[in-house]
Amino acid sequence: MSDAAHIPDEAETRARWGGFAWTPENAEQAEKIIARYPPGRQQSAVMPLLDLAQRQVGAETGTQGWLPVPVMEYIGAQLGMAYIRVYEVATFYTMYNLAPVGRYHVQVCGTTPCMLRGSDDVLEACYKKGLKKGATTADGLFTLTEVECLGACANAPMVQINDDNYEDLTFDSMTAVLDTLAAGGQPKIGPQIERQTSCPEGGPTTLKEMVAENHDYRGRWEATGNAPA
Amino acid sequence: MPKLTVDGIEVEVPAGATVLQACEAAGKEIPRFCYHERLSIAGNCRMCLVEVKPGPPKPQASCALPAADKQEVFTQSPMVKKAREGVMEFLLINHPLDCPICDQGGECDLQDQSVAYGKGQSRFIENKRAVTDKYMGPIVKTTMTRCIQCTRCVRFAEEVSGIEEIGAIYRGENMQITSYLEQAVTSELSGNVVDLCPVGALTSKPYAFEARPWELKKTPGIDVMDAVGTNVRFDSRGRQVLRVLPRINEDVNEEWASDKTRHAVDGLVRRRLDKPFVRRKGKLVEASWQEAFAAIKAAKAGSSVAAIAGDQLDCETMYAAKALLAAMGSSLLEGRQTGMDYDVSSLAAVNFNSSIAGIETADAILLVGSNLRWEAPLINTRVRKAVKRGARVFAIGEELNLTYPVQWLGNDLGLLGKLPEAVTEAFAKAERPALIVGGGALKAGAQGATLALVKPLGLIKQDWNGYNVVHLAAARMGGLMLGYAQKGGIADIVAAAPKLLFLLGADDVDLTAFDKSLKVYVGHHGDAGAAGADVVLPGAAYTEKPGTYVNTEGRVQFSDRAVFPPGDAREDWAILRALSEVLGHKLPFDSLDQLRAAMTAEVPALGVGGLAGYAWSAPKLPAKASGPVGYPIKDFYLTNPIARASDTMQRCSAELLHGQSFAEAAE
Ligand code: SF4
Ligand code: FES
Ligand code: FES
Repeated sequence: MSDAAHIPDEAETRARWGGFAWTPENAEQAEKIIARYPPGRQQSAVMPLLDLAQRQVGAETGTQGWLPVPVMEYIGAQLGMAYIRVYEVATFYTMYNLAPVGRYHVQVCGTTPCMLRGSDDVLEACYKKGLKKGATTADGLFTLTEVECLGACANAPMVQINDDNYEDLTFDSMTAVLDTLAAGGQPKIGPQIERQTSCPEGGPTTLKEMVAENHDYRGRWEATGNAPA
Repeated sequence: MPKLTVDGIEVEVPAGATVLQACEAAGKEIPRFCYHERLSIAGNCRMCLVEVKPGPPKPQASCALPAADKQEVFTQSPMVKKAREGVMEFLLINHPLDCPICDQGGECDLQDQSVAYGKGQSRFIENKRAVTDKYMGPIVKTTMTRCIQCTRCVRFAEEVSGIEEIGAIYRGENMQITSYLEQAVTSELSGNVVDLCPVGALTSKPYAFEARPWELKKTPGIDVMDAVGTNVRFDSRGRQVLRVLPRINEDVNEEWASDKTRHAVDGLVRRRLDKPFVRRKGKLVEASWQEAFAAIKAAKAGSSVAAIAGDQLDCETMYAAKALLAAMGSSLLEGRQTGMDYDVSSLAAVNFNSSIAGIETADAILLVGSNLRWEAPLINTRVRKAVKRGARVFAIGEELNLTYPVQWLGNDLGLLGKLPEAVTEAFAKAERPALIVGGGALKAGAQGATLALVKPLGLIKQDWNGYNVVHLAAARMGGLMLGYAQKGGIADIVAAAPKLLFLLGADDVDLTAFDKSLKVYVGHHGDAGAAGADVVLPGAAYTEKPGTYVNTEGRVQFSDRAVFPPGDAREDWAILRALSEVLGHKLPFDSLDQLRAAMTAEVPALGVGGLAGYAWSAPKLPAKASGPVGYPIKDFYLTNPIARASDTMQRCSAELLHGQSFAEAAE
């Protein structure tokens, strides 16, 4: 069932966020962002501004941040856009949070490559730590969401937490990441195994080293008559 | 001008036409859901697929494909047939099978096209997606599970009505159409999305579960809620008009109608006068026709008689009253109920001369004291179109949201004498400059000052007359053609102190000025006019009589009778004819045809449909004006007795204008 928008718009949200305004730094930043677009096209700035606002809300609430309706309206008013248009954008992209989230927004990828490489274990690690899909833990630390492919399949399975990816996870390394975060530490970002970014495990890690590994396929193209002109 | 063939038929279409339009030109029917000729192209339903050569070997969406020279289009090929079947099957995957309880049944594009182009069965065995209903206000009822995401409603709100409050939220299979935060849609054109919605997702709330389309008798008519003269169709069953829909008329309403035009009809069965009444000992009591007529005769008015016409009258009624007064020896006729006394020596000077369709092509517009959005919503959409084409709009009056950018000059008619440079410059450059004078400006005495601008602003050019007056009353231009105007307006009639005063559906007259007169109300609703009258004669509403109407641009249009008046009520002209005999001044017509013959003999223009075409001659009037203007309409939804009697209009007024909350949990 595609439910009605469960966006909090109670008097409470209005009361809390009705007075939203940019911090001086963000006001300056917003001006800069708007100036990137040609005159008359300022509405294109809606996406970066929503992001900026989400971050400001996050900073104010000590969470990853979200977009209360009055904040969307604030941006709509700044850009001269109908509120419904801002609202459409904010609901279209899943990275805009429409409801409050915790300090860390744990987005576990469950799409096929990650699933084949063990995303079920990653989720299991989350469940063991008391995380529930679509909910925030009682201490306000973690919100768990299962998401579709985040484009890091070469390092599957992976999870995105706030602005960072943690990759090549197992049940244990995921547990370690969550533990470190819960303890206020910063886990190593990126692959959780001995691996440089998405290079093959154990190397090579530079193009120079790749030379020997490269194959020249051109001979085969000629054979099939598909040689590039 | 590309030349192409459609199924072997050669057609030539204007540059910029789409393949879909080329197919139509060749007489081929192309099924569609999202495409609508008055909205932008979305290309998202894929129902219009055709095969096109040259091009990729796959079906193409004809609504979004430009027609090109030497194209070969196939609309009947096996590929097209298969593609249509596929699209239909996909569309129906998530569409509920609730046609038996759906109000769209019988006039549903999805039903019709699935019969014509579908496969007849579905292979889908999963659960269907369901969507919760959204609240959209008093006019539009939603069943969002039926929505096929064509986005016609979204485009209409953004492009035509100009009030952006409908949108599509979320994405992919979760996409949902909703009004912003499920608030009531505030546009006064919101009812049009019901017609636009190709399925039963948006249906009419007031008309919910009232009837099936095939039960209804359809009668072509003319709307009387404002002076635009919207062409409508009365859909009636038995003795009741159940709904009003617009008919297409490119010159007048295109294919739109305002919410008042559509939904005031439930007022036609409430507060109706269905018996004559006579005032006895200060109270109106039921009477027979004879008693009522006798009471009028007893006034022994002689020639001391006057008639005031209401805003919604047809020309026939006004002519019958005029003939009766003439027979009695009086010509005290007036139609401007609220006491306006602008000069009517030249009808062109009080006419919408650029024509309603023509204002679309204007490139500089000055609004003087007009809340066009309420006074003539469908002229407002035309001005909006002009703005989209690049016209600049200036306005004198209190600031409002007219749905397009307006440069407000201030609320002072004195500005007419010293227009800011921005205005004069824009008008000097304009090829089709236009002035739109509202009723508020006429009332505030700005007629002379606006006419004085005709020359300096260059409003009249070859094939162009940009001097426009917007009237509020459907009866106004017809009334003026029939002489319903005194030099001093109502004041002249008050001064004449008539013994007998006919109020012909006139409910906005200040009756305290006539306490010596015997007031006879001829009309259909128990509103202010009837309440203050001494004799009430029950007449017919606009759906209950054939009538001639002249809209604000001087367009003569004819309306038919859909149903009969209730109870003892009769057509107004027949009442006056019967009364004339009692008064001893028998009128020389026994049928409507004879009346019309007599009327057109006197005013020939009333016998020919179309623009009456008044010759331009501006009266010489003092060109001084000053002070603020007020907009005459205080509540868009309650401007006339029918609307005031309508539950739907009362609810619209309470909810949309006075902020009362009616939001209900989704059913
Ligand atoms: S509600 Fe109707 S008009 Fe609007 S997108 Fe859905 S099907 Fe189209
Ligand atoms: S499938 Fe998980 S990142 Fe692509
Ligand atoms: S009509 Fe062409 S895609 Fe909908």
